[in-house]
Amino acid sequence: MSMIEFHNVEKYYGQFHALKDINFTVDNGEVVTIIGPSGSGKSTLLRCINGLELISSGQLVVNNYDLADKKTDMNKMRKNVGMVFQHFNLYANKTVLQNITLGPTAVLKQSKAQSEDEAKKLLDLVGLDNKANSFPDQLSGGQQQRVAIARSLAMKPKALLFDEPTSALDPEMIGDVLQVMKTIAEQGMTMVVVTHEMGFAQEVGDRIVFMDDGRILEDRKDVSEFFKQPEDKRAQEFLSKVIKHI
Amino acid sequence: MFEIFQNYGSQLWSGFGYTLLSSLYALIGSLVIGTLFALFEISPMKPLRVIGKIYVEIFRNIPLLVIAMIFYIVVPQYFAKIDGFTAGTIGLTIYTSAFIAETVRAGIESVDVGQMEAARSNGMTYIQAMRFIILPQAIKIVVPPLGNQFINLVKNSSVLAFLAGFDLMYQGNIIASTTFKTTDTYFAVGLLYLIITLPMSYLMRYLEKKWSTEGDEA
Repeated sequence: MSMIEFHNVEKYYGQFHALKDINFTVDNGEVVTIIGPSGSGKSTLLRCINGLELISSGQLVVNNYDLADKKTDMNKMRKNVGMVFQHFNLYANKTVLQNITLGPTAVLKQSKAQSEDEAKKLLDLVGLDNKANSFPDQLSGGQQQRVAIARSLAMKPKALLFDEPTSALDPEMIGDVLQVMKTIAEQGMTMVVVTHEMGFAQEVGDRIVFMDDGRILEDRKDVSEFFKQPEDKRAQEFLSKVIKHI
Repeated sequence: MFEIFQNYGSQLWSGFGYTLLSSLYALIGSLVIGTLFALFEISPMKPLRVIGKIYVEIFRNIPLLVIAMIFYIVVPQYFAKIDGFTAGTIGLTIYTSAFIAETVRAGIESVDVGQMEAARSNGMTYIQAMRFIILPQAIKIVVPPLGNQFINLVKNSSVLAFLAGFDLMYQGNIIASTTFKTTDTYFAVGLLYLIITLPMSYLMRYLEKKWSTEGDEA
């Protein structure tokens, strides 16, 4: 069964054509990575999935919610779709523990005790059980991002979206975050990851999508083959640049 | 000046009481109304934004005295009679709320948009996100400028003197015109205003310092 379905989706910002004829499906439990140059529409596509951006036309169904329908309750839909941001966006006025428990208590109406119990287990999972009472500005970027992942997981989502989760991190912090993401992927979470981490895409991703200029130019399940031999010319150029860079 | 306090003390302190009371009502009222219109101004719904903008632009740009006079003289002609104290306090509340709306709006808008996006992605409704995440952060940003508004409010309450509002300025005018000791009287009046405004000023400075040095509590 599919979790996310784009059919002929178009997205405009005023005159700017950000997404062009997007047809794209993510199955349950699939880990899809999206790569491409900046400004290619990767983040816009991701943000459409949880309704942070609305599509201009076409059809977008996420976990059986029709996002093109104005009557769809976005809040309900978002309960099942978590998002991890490039700049973490932890709640600055809350402790690490409160960052994680707020969603479950305020949205899922779970008890405080249960939420804290689960939050501590999640902090354990991301290796930050000793930081429960710290505030976000007392943590490094990598630590903040791991808390952000724990916060998303606390909602027990059916899918997680990652918007360049390691792009704002110091190089030595990236590994820890990717390791946590890999663990989650191995547990069967449906994930859509916009990233520049080609290693992660190759190792963890079940599928790779290449975007440029608002279009999906390549969408392949044979990820390692893609890295050896991309079909699209722009994907070839992009990869050769990225790999040269490494 | 001592003599004025000795002979007219009860009158001055009564005026002080009315000024304090009017300021307190107007402070609470304008904070509630101002915050409400600030939320209107940044609402995702366009009609609310328009209402918010119109309210702020009208009442911010009319002299306080005119607003107060409308409640004191014009409103009673069509509706119920309003005494000077009430009319002045209503005018003061509405006038100040327009400034507070602008201050609170600016405070909310200075909170990083990522905070709202994270809260919405976390499943929260717009109102929950405002309540748990955005407003608590905006309050700290808004306290210093809000303090200035409140100090202005106390001083502006002297508008009640024009409407027979029994406030400090009103009593001062009466004492000055009966005793002709204008210097002593107005110095005494000024002193009594300082008794209200100076502690406010120091409280604001204290809060500002406290919140800028320490981290954050939920």
